[in-house]
Amino acid sequence: MGLSVSLKKKVNGFFLEVEWEIGDELAVLFGHSGAGKSMTLQAISGLMEPDEGTIRINNTVYFDSAAKINVPAQLRSCGYVFQDLALFPHMTVKDNIRYGASGLEKSEREEALIKMMSAFRLNGLENRLPSEISGGQKQRVALARALIRRPGLLLLDEPFSALDNQVRAEMRKILRDIRREFTIPVILVTHDLFEANAMADRIIIYSGGRIVQTGVPSEIFHSPASPDVEALINPSGFTRPSGVALSFQPSPASS
Amino acid sequence: MLDGSALFSLRLSLQVASAATVFVVVIGVTAAYFLASRNFRGKEVVDILFTLPLVLPPTVTGYYLIILFGRNGAIGRFIYEWTGWTIMFTWYAAVLASFVVALPLMIKTARAAIESVDKNLINASYTLGHSRTGTAMRVILPLAKKGIIAGGVLSFARAMGEFGATLMLAGNIPGKTDTMPLAIYSVAGSGEWSGAHAMVAVFTLISGTLLYIANRFGKRMI
Repeated sequence: MGLSVSLKKKVNGFFLEVEWEIGDELAVLFGHSGAGKSMTLQAISGLMEPDEGTIRINNTVYFDSAAKINVPAQLRSCGYVFQDLALFPHMTVKDNIRYGASGLEKSEREEALIKMMSAFRLNGLENRLPSEISGGQKQRVALARALIRRPGLLLLDEPFSALDNQVRAEMRKILRDIRREFTIPVILVTHDLFEANAMADRIIIYSGGRIVQTGVPSEIFHSPASPDVEALINPSGFTRPSGVALSFQPSPASS
Repeated sequence: MLDGSALFSLRLSLQVASAATVFVVVIGVTAAYFLASRNFRGKEVVDILFTLPLVLPPTVTGYYLIILFGRNGAIGRFIYEWTGWTIMFTWYAAVLASFVVALPLMIKTARAAIESVDKNLINASYTLGHSRTGTAMRVILPLAKKGIIAGGVLSFARAMGEFGATLMLAGNIPGKTDTMPLAIYSVAGSGEWSGAHAMVAVFTLISGTLLYIANRFGKRMI
């Protein structure tokens, strides 16, 4: 069980070539912007077609260039939370979430909706538009919408980047709760070292379209595989937009 | 202010423009959607064909319509053979002429509105399991609604004002096909200035109001 990804894609002189496999765990894709992390998510979800490779989830083939298999995004069971959340501005909170459950029977759908509304503490906001709720609430709507049809996989593309620290901490807690409820592979793209360290079962480090190191957080922080990785995870050379104090890190890198 | 025949013309103009706008909205929005969101061979040619009536002299557009829909026309011939009916010199011809001339305004405005819908929202809809058609109906078109309404109102105004192609295809038959622009032409031609003044004033007022509505929805669409 789990997700296995092997793909090659050339776009405008950028070459992405990665191969990795995870189980029902949370993997953080970590690296500078432009390293190919978001592109990988797009390929997994079916929004972008790789030139070559295979994408398999729980033994279902989503993409296999050799066998000419390319399951359209609509038929892939992927919950995808976009960086800008992509909530439909013309739909209420309830309609946004319900929109994710179109595959379910009507009674089942309404039941799931009620469950998601309360699990994500959105009761009372049913009829608000996305423009009328806070950043943290928008996040929860986006997560509820992505999860309501119980996808086989959850993709999170820097979903917390626009939030302040307090709300980020709350979102991390929600994400931990989600993982107790859903035993599926979760892929989180982030620039935030603290978040990577705090959330990841496994960190996959991207650089220039390749993977430079994979491992559990402590491995990566204790023995970075190359000066590249060390530069990425060495806080002294790392600008931290979130402003989280470095002493919060359970296992500081080389000091 | 308006006499009986002028009122007839006004009513006919509204009727022709309304009928033409129904077709303009249905066909124009469909065409705009495909032009905005799909890539297909000959897309540019299709775009140019739809846009041509915007720049061609209406007499040239009317001429093409006669070649196509006239009693001996490429399509009109078959209609005449089967039914003994021709669209020429009926108010339907005025609808056809107005439709063709107003269609580009709808397509241009709706296409711009559809293209401005955030691509991420469309992708989100796909990842939530919705088909392209479902996404078009529930995400793209609702979000492009303002532009589509603006395009519809502009098209209505343009259809109201159609003169050249209508004259060639429907003629200027008093009490039958003389829409307001044609009636103004006749009245002014025969020197009845007071009647012309009134019709021109009413027409300007209606068109101005329509433009105001279109601007309210479309924000500087034209």
